[in-house]
Amino acid sequence: MRRPLSHRLLGLAGKIAVGLVVAFILLPAVVVTMSAFNDKAIMNFPPTGFSTRWFARAFSYSDFSSGFRNGLIVTAFASTIALVVGTGFAFVLDRYEFRGKKAMEAILTSPLVIPHFTIGLGFLILAAQIHAARGFAVVVVTHVVLVLPFVMRSVYVSLRNLDARLELAAASLGARPGRTLFTITLPLLLPGLVSGWLFAAILSFNEFTASLFVTAQATQTLPVAMYNYVREYADPTLAALSVVYIVVTALLLTIANRFLGLGKVLNVEHGR
Amino acid sequence: MKTRPFLALFVSPAALAALALVGALAAILQYAFRAFVPGSMEPGGLTLANFEALLRPLYAGVFLQTVWICLITALVTLVVAYPLAYAIVRSRSVTLKSFLLITALTPMFLGEVVRTYSWIIVLGNSGFINSVLRGLGLIERPIQLMFTTTGVVIALVHVTLPIMTIMLAAALSHIDAAYEKAATSLGAGPVRVFLTVTLPLSMPGIVAGVTTAFAWTFSAFATPQMIGGGRVPMVSTLIYQLGFASFNFPFAAALSVTGLALTFAVLALAKAALSPLERMGAH
Repeated sequence: MRRPLSHRLLGLAGKIAVGLVVAFILLPAVVVTMSAFNDKAIMNFPPTGFSTRWFARAFSYSDFSSGFRNGLIVTAFASTIALVVGTGFAFVLDRYEFRGKKAMEAILTSPLVIPHFTIGLGFLILAAQIHAARGFAVVVVTHVVLVLPFVMRSVYVSLRNLDARLELAAASLGARPGRTLFTITLPLLLPGLVSGWLFAAILSFNEFTASLFVTAQATQTLPVAMYNYVREYADPTLAALSVVYIVVTALLLTIANRFLGLGKVLNVEHGR
Repeated sequence: MKTRPFLALFVSPAALAALALVGALAAILQYAFRAFVPGSMEPGGLTLANFEALLRPLYAGVFLQTVWICLITALVTLVVAYPLAYAIVRSRSVTLKSFLLITALTPMFLGEVVRTYSWIIVLGNSGFINSVLRGLGLIERPIQLMFTTTGVVIALVHVTLPIMTIMLAAALSHIDAAYEKAATSLGAGPVRVFLTVTLPLSMPGIVAGVTTAFAWTFSAFATPQMIGGGRVPMVSTLIYQLGFASFNFPFAAALSVTGLALTFAVLALAKAALSPLERMGAH
């Protein structure tokens, strides 16, 4: 049965709309890539010649390499701590009732709506008040709080989809709670744990606004170093670095999607 | 407590994290009521002066402008994200689905600096848009997009698009396709099916998406800072300027507290205003 012309036109209009939205999303990435390989120092279009020297400069600029190192330190600690804290709490959220549970959940998910500059300013002032040095600890604590909602959600969704009968079976066969947890529950949760950790790591590594408030020169993370670069120089070095960023992030997401199914984690398709 | 193994063990780390966050928010609240001592990082005695200063037209104006930008951004993002979310949920090809999903998500994980920097190259006077338009002979002098509200909103839509798409897609994926089939078999055309079945049923996602986009726009800093270049002041850029250019942390704290109150008020308001619609799509 052929659909009437009006329906087909409508379908075509829908496809064009989606195409335009995809173009809008990709436009900055495409333009920044063109700019990164342009040999001129000023941003101009169309590019006049091909060069990879901005990549060379991006990789040799010392603020970027120290920012990268600092970022890895902060990310490794923050995402791992957030994974432990978030998994524990997601477990409790799913299984137990206790006084203050609702309040704690509200507090821990609130960074989703509290502006990052408020959280950054808050931890900056708090650190000053308790006379803590502006070292890595402050940055890590700030990042843990910021990425925790994402870890909690990822693990919580996996817990909901977990077949509780498997745990009951283990328990009825005589396994103690600890053994059930480590041999049944955690292995079954693994995809959720990995995706939660990955989300947390990517978000922490790329976090900018709160980091701008809580980092000092010695703890500057990569996005903060990049922001400072734009304020001082106008050459395409940052475009080259952006291209690296875009490629790595898209690759990580593709891998995550391949192994974990982003759709399911993000709840945009039904798990079976 | 045999029925609740590990409860204390699992709750205590989370309780510590919650405590840290509450401590940070309490620190802001406390600073908001302290006097600014110029030239000193330490705040002075208790005062309401910071909140009185907020009422001055200069600062009140920044608040109004911020709310306006947030509203426009949230609504434009909704219109842009809807077809994309629909395509992600309804597309029959797995490859296309994955491509659209990753395209939609990548910007969210890139961080604000990379995204905003890219938009500077797109929007600048010798940037992509102006070069293309000039190359085609459509304009003689560049259209000013940098340092304008329009430029800031364009980039902010790009920033909030992923989260809006996820929320809309989540809502759309929970709609039973049988409802749409039923409407079609009863003779409704595709437009009517969309307007009377799909759209109302996706209302919870729309409510969640718009309110989250509003909060994210309010939270955006790098975009208004780098694209607005000080000429499109928003609450976030003002707070940063007060803190790191004038070291007036008490006033910055007062602005943060007011901004937070405003965010929660708007979220509550949006929820209340849209709750009848939400109920409509809730079954």
